[in-house]
Amino acid sequence: MVEETLITEETAHPISKFLREAMMPHIWCSGCGNGVILNCFVHAVDELQMDLNKLVVVSGIGCIGRTAGYINTNSFHTTHGRPIAFATGVKLANPNLEVVVISGDGDLFAIGGNHFIHAARRNLGIKVICANNFNYGMTGGQQGPTTPLEALTSTTPYGNIEHPFNLVHLAAASGATYVARWTTLHVRRLTQSIKKLLQKEGFCFIEAISPCPEIYGRYNKMRTGLEMMEWFKKASVVEHFSDPAKAEITPEKIVVGEFVDMKKPSYEKLLHEQIAQINKKAGE
Amino acid sequence: MNKKGTVLEGVHFMNGDVACAEGAIAAGCKFFAGYPITPATEIAEHLSQRMPEIGGIYIQMEDEIASMAAVIGASYTGLKAMIATSGPGFSLMQENIGLAVMTEAPCVIVDVMRGGPSTGQPTLPGQQDVMQAKWGSHGDYEIIALAPSSVQEMFDLTIEAFNLSETYRVPTILLADEVVGHMWEKVVIPTGEKIKIVNRKRPNVPPEKYLPFMPDDDLVPPMACFGEGFSFHATGLTHDEHGYPQTSSSEVQQSLVNRLCDKIRKNADKIIRVEEVALEDADVVVVAYGIVARAALSAVRKAREKGIMAGLLRLITLWPFPEKHVAKIAKQAKAMVVPEMNCGQLVREVERSAKETPVAFLSKLGEDPHTPMEILEAIRRSI
Repeated sequence: MVEETLITEETAHPISKFLREAMMPHIWCSGCGNGVILNCFVHAVDELQMDLNKLVVVSGIGCIGRTAGYINTNSFHTTHGRPIAFATGVKLANPNLEVVVISGDGDLFAIGGNHFIHAARRNLGIKVICANNFNYGMTGGQQGPTTPLEALTSTTPYGNIEHPFNLVHLAAASGATYVARWTTLHVRRLTQSIKKLLQKEGFCFIEAISPCPEIYGRYNKMRTGLEMMEWFKKASVVEHFSDPAKAEITPEKIVVGEFVDMKKPSYEKLLHEQIAQINKKAGE
Repeated sequence: MNKKGTVLEGVHFMNGDVACAEGAIAAGCKFFAGYPITPATEIAEHLSQRMPEIGGIYIQMEDEIASMAAVIGASYTGLKAMIATSGPGFSLMQENIGLAVMTEAPCVIVDVMRGGPSTGQPTLPGQQDVMQAKWGSHGDYEIIALAPSSVQEMFDLTIEAFNLSETYRVPTILLADEVVGHMWEKVVIPTGEKIKIVNRKRPNVPPEKYLPFMPDDDLVPPMACFGEGFSFHATGLTHDEHGYPQTSSSEVQQSLVNRLCDKIRKNADKIIRVEEVALEDADVVVVAYGIVARAALSAVRKAREKGIMAGLLRLITLWPFPEKHVAKIAKQAKAMVVPEMNCGQLVREVERSAKETPVAFLSKLGEDPHTPMEILEAIRRSI
């Protein structure tokens, strides 16, 4: 007979309170890095003792897009490419909420690229975590905006001839106040980085390079999660505050670290100051 | 003019776009996201000044796709939210209008219609988005659309659009046209207390018992907002009453999609508004909406002067379509005339509802709306 009371407060997993257990099992393949990113995120939330009632997690479409539903907080799963635009409405409507977008490279930088650069330009206080797995995993491994040159995907059977975006360079150039890149191998550093992102003012961005062995790896001679992680281990070099323009991702070298960490008043701060000023003048 | 007041009470001379913006403020709108587009730009311009005065949010987004997404985000965070556009922007919004339908986000979309397709004729009026308003996003759904035919109605129906949107948790479309948007007329704005305002139903259960998509008897679920402690999930995927995705359940798909349609269909009698002029003994009935209904009214009066028993059924609600009203008057009428600034859109609904009664369609494209004489001529020909 199965005992239903085996899980008590003492025996429960320390982060299970952050998850919607009714949504489990998750949809992710074995060896996928999305679970690591989710784990790092909830640990960061836990360590900061954030009020889950004040947290809003927004995701778009794609494998990592299911994250919003898995976290036991205010969450919304938008149309493809639009989580940042949706999050803009949330953050402006209630600046006291911590609004985090967790989504993929295709969602944020292909179909949703316009929203990313404009939210960064405005310096809206939205925190964006991008799982970059170099391809469209959910639809079976098509080429995307971060697919490396020459890589094989289901739609580049002769090798990719498109140049990929350098996401940290794009974020820095667009005006983000915090920009970092880690891989899912860097669990501690990624968690610390997420903690920093959650505490900063303005538009912040973390690129989390994530293994996709089932799809991307299968096409590119890294058939297991372990092989992909070995690539991350072999190629990653921590170079804090190096030039993001030169922080490329190649088979030989993945530059990780923090690239931007600056102070700049957020859009919502300027907006609410302006509103206060207008009403003060009107009251005089 | 009381600049500091939220409601701009008093008698004003203003254009339709400004009246719409003031109607939104009077309805309690606190969030506007948009993108410049003729002939709706004046709504955004006016709200960029007025929203900060009332402590509301105005933001110009990077496009209409983003604007619509931001409006849904603001709505889920508890604000009444609006967006204003014209044809090309309306096309861009369609996917996220579907998201608002699916997640039952109350919001108001203003489409000041110009000539299409594509970039078309930005400064000329049209009524070419009528079918798009109903069918523009993919999948099955019902929506509410209202058609103002005066500047006063740009104010009044914007408030009504918010009230309906909040009542039924459905995006509600104000389908105006360039003439109504740019025309200047007298507008009477009552004091705030005299304006009927409806706010969305709130949950009356503790957070742990809250099911975000469990409807009441009226088929509308009470709505919690982000930050209130309810910790709920919403998704554009087919979802159960918890808001959790159910992507392979036929039962959930059927019950959700049918409910989204039924909450409008079964409440259609409460939603629909028409204006009936001289219908009691009418042989010929003109069915019109928007600015065209003004010319139609004049044509009906002129016809009566000439001894033709004409009447006007002015549609204020376009969607859900007032099929009962049309069917009832069609039984009595010998003929019906439908003038529209398109190639024949709402006339299809009139024909469907009128059954055996002959329906004459009068198209107008690429210029000013129909003149009363043109409609009078169509009335004459129809009998």
